[in-house]
Amino acid sequence: MGNLATVSTIMLYTAFALYSIATVIFGVTIKDKDKRSKKSLSGIIAISVTIIGFIAQLSYFITRWIAAGHPPLSNLFEFMTFLGMSIVLAFIILYFIYRVNVLGLFALPIALIIIAYAMMFPTEISPLVASLRSPWLFFHVSTVSLAQGVLGISFVTGLIYLIKKVDQTNKSKKTRWLEVIIYILFIFIGFIVSTMSFKLANYEATFEFPVDGRTSTITYQLPAIAGPENGQLITEGAMDSWFDTPKWFQGQDAPRKLNTLIWSLITGTILYVLARLILRKRIGAAIQPALKNVNLDLLDEITYRSIAIGFPLFTLGGLIFAAIWAQIAWDRFWGWDPKEVWALITWFFYAAFLHLRLSRGWHGEQSAWLAVIGFAIIMFNLIVVNLVLAGLHSYA
Amino acid sequence: MGKLKCECGHFNPTGTILCEACGKPIEGNQHLDGNDKKKLLNMRYDGSARRSITHNQSIIDKIWRFFSSVKVGVWLIVIALVASALGTIFPQEMYIPPNAPSRDPAIYYEAQYGILGKIYYQLGLHNVYSSWWYMLILALLGVSLVICSIDRFVPLYRALKMQKPKRHESFISRQRFYSKTDHISDEEIQQVVKRLQAKKYKIKSEDGHYFAEKGRFSRWGPYVNHIGLIIILLAALLRQTSFMYLDEYVWVREGELTVIPGTKNEFFIENKQFIIETYDENDERFKEALERTGGEVVKNYQTDVVIYRAKDSVVDSDTTLEKVVEGEIRMNHPLKFASYTLYQSGFQSNEFTSMSFKLYEINDADEQAIDVFTVDLMDPLPEYELDNGFRVELDQYFPDYILDDEGPRSETMYPRNPAFVFKVFPPDQEKPEISFLSIGQNIDATGENNYKLGLVDFNTHYVSGLTVRRDYTLPLFGLGAAIFMIGVIQGMYWQHRRVWLHRKGESLLLAAHTNKNWFGLKKDITEAIEDTKINMVIDQEELN
Repeated sequence: MGNLATVSTIMLYTAFALYSIATVIFGVTIKDKDKRSKKSLSGIIAISVTIIGFIAQLSYFITRWIAAGHPPLSNLFEFMTFLGMSIVLAFIILYFIYRVNVLGLFALPIALIIIAYAMMFPTEISPLVASLRSPWLFFHVSTVSLAQGVLGISFVTGLIYLIKKVDQTNKSKKTRWLEVIIYILFIFIGFIVSTMSFKLANYEATFEFPVDGRTSTITYQLPAIAGPENGQLITEGAMDSWFDTPKWFQGQDAPRKLNTLIWSLITGTILYVLARLILRKRIGAAIQPALKNVNLDLLDEITYRSIAIGFPLFTLGGLIFAAIWAQIAWDRFWGWDPKEVWALITWFFYAAFLHLRLSRGWHGEQSAWLAVIGFAIIMFNLIVVNLVLAGLHSYA
Repeated sequence: MGKLKCECGHFNPTGTILCEACGKPIEGNQHLDGNDKKKLLNMRYDGSARRSITHNQSIIDKIWRFFSSVKVGVWLIVIALVASALGTIFPQEMYIPPNAPSRDPAIYYEAQYGILGKIYYQLGLHNVYSSWWYMLILALLGVSLVICSIDRFVPLYRALKMQKPKRHESFISRQRFYSKTDHISDEEIQQVVKRLQAKKYKIKSEDGHYFAEKGRFSRWGPYVNHIGLIIILLAALLRQTSFMYLDEYVWVREGELTVIPGTKNEFFIENKQFIIETYDENDERFKEALERTGGEVVKNYQTDVVIYRAKDSVVDSDTTLEKVVEGEIRMNHPLKFASYTLYQSGFQSNEFTSMSFKLYEINDADEQAIDVFTVDLMDPLPEYELDNGFRVELDQYFPDYILDDEGPRSETMYPRNPAFVFKVFPPDQEKPEISFLSIGQNIDATGENNYKLGLVDFNTHYVSGLTVRRDYTLPLFGLGAAIFMIGVIQGMYWQHRRVWLHRKGESLLLAAHTNKNWFGLKKDITEAIEDTKINMVIDQEELN
């Protein structure tokens, strides 16, 4: 069993490496003049590497399933890696329909960021708590994740659309919001960079702090900026906290989560500022020239197509399967748990998107902005709702 | 209501924009769909006469008009979205943790979240999903769904049913896909028609004009999925009634037989045993995770039960019970019987079944037992006869002892914190010695006792918490969800494609329309006109 778990981990790293290589090769294809009809050699190599990477990740999934005895969809690490895999799968399928190389250049890094983000959470195989021991774990979670993967592609095409379309000659509201989106991506990278660095350095700082009259401990893997309330540093040589986490920060490990957020913001901001200093223009403006061969109508079509696939899938997995399982496990199919509510919000949002597009003619740029916001809602549900608004779904 | 006669002879309802039969734009109505300002015709509802644009007199017309707008519908969706999001800022009242210092919402929100929490509570956001205004938003959304659907479905259905192969020339030339080719033979047209037929288009002809149509049913997709949603909203409404929806909770002790609430004394449940299984901490697979979290992880909560049915509906000691079913209730595996479902929802492990005491001499250093006796805490005896002529009387018994302003009393009738006042009668004494025993306390009331009682053993039992449900609305929700999914797929993955081959003397006017996926339509036409002299259609929208 132990061996199988190791094989599984190696497979995941292999997939990660292959996706990175494929991204670079897709980067080469951007110089190809024609984007569709002519099949470029670099494009063929890039998609082949992506497919091999996908197979590697599928092997990770299957071997981990066998090793654990249950589908590896039970905690934040497992779910996020599966989401990364879903994005890659959705990309591969849409690639074969539309043959747009630039899609790979953007979709794969998003998948990579998500998988890297996942790896920052506890990765060991954990037992399944009683409430999750159901075949619906697989049906519900995998369908939701596939749907979110497909919707992730609409985010990618929407983002490419905006980077190409938004006029960068003058500073405007649009350029500012586009930079905000890019900056948020930098914060994710900041999270990964800071967590990874201190993980490699084996950094640890443990604090003692009082809870309800008893003493509890909390261990940080990042130097503590925000410490626990009235905490006492007990690890020698570690940095003491700068301030106490405010009380209204709720939930288990709240101080550590806040601290991680602060580190992500700091590191992400530094990286962003460095990038701006090197490029000497807005990041969006710097990428724009590389997209001159991209067909905007085709991007718009892919955005719509992926939402047309993602929306029914999401309804099925995120609402219908979710309701069936909730009925079996918790005697009610709907309970207004924050995660459920945010699934409903996501559904409302994409329903509004479809009405605006099909009935009121919101195409092109308007669609692109909405596709980006839609995925932001999905990520909010995944990250903020899990880590901050505690509920039935807060696994990690 | 007046009718408009078109030059093709068809009578159209008032407010029709494009003749239902031939498609000729009807004079005076073109502003309704904005056709007067554009070269292309608005084909969204085939120029049919919708009530919302033809009636604007009475207050009902105005309400109808308001709710039939997609713009209003989208705004309602956005409002519902924002309201739902507001309710997740802080936990809803039902999710206030059980261990909170005060679960009273008036206190909890302010204590926990300060001034923001207080505002949250005062705005009623702590119970937003059952607030009247949230219900109102959902109801308005439902009204919008119904009116939007009826407003468009009825006239669109008529228009698509009435359409004739022979169209007015202005209808053809103002389609988005259009081309004109001179000198086309009938053979060539026949060839195109055959190819379209091979692509599963349905062909109709009239006076040498051809009309090919495919996937009309996809036009009904949106209406079908809206019907699904309406069924779901109706089911939610029905669920408010107690006949359709029953929600009860029952606590059953191990070994206890009790009536199931909500079944009108018809069904009884016996808890044979309650089981909690945890993962083996030496399990190789999970060793690392179990070490990190350092806690036990529960694998299974289970109650083994027997369900009985009473022969008579009046409960008395004579009621005869017949076994209905024997089985397990586990998390994720509820038990069904008759129209009811039982769910494993909770347990208590803080109740004592029995306690054993020994009697010994107070100055015996070895505390050698004179005798041992056991008190059944659910059903204690008034007195216990011991060896050597000793006798113990249970003077007072508090199953759930508490000492407060009202003096010593029992908080509940369940043995969670039992306390006893025993009278010990030694064989040679008339006057009893009085001892008070509770958990952690052993008090000699007078300070003159020669004998002492001590706890030697105890047994505990679990109390299993089960939810009792009967929900007749579930099939309705299922039906609504299924219809919704069918409607979405029907509308989204098929397209309504139409091609008109219009003969004009020697020339051919070719026009085509689809409700979505123009790429696919273009491909169909390209393949159909291959090897003919017919000009490929031009996308007239791109020309603008």
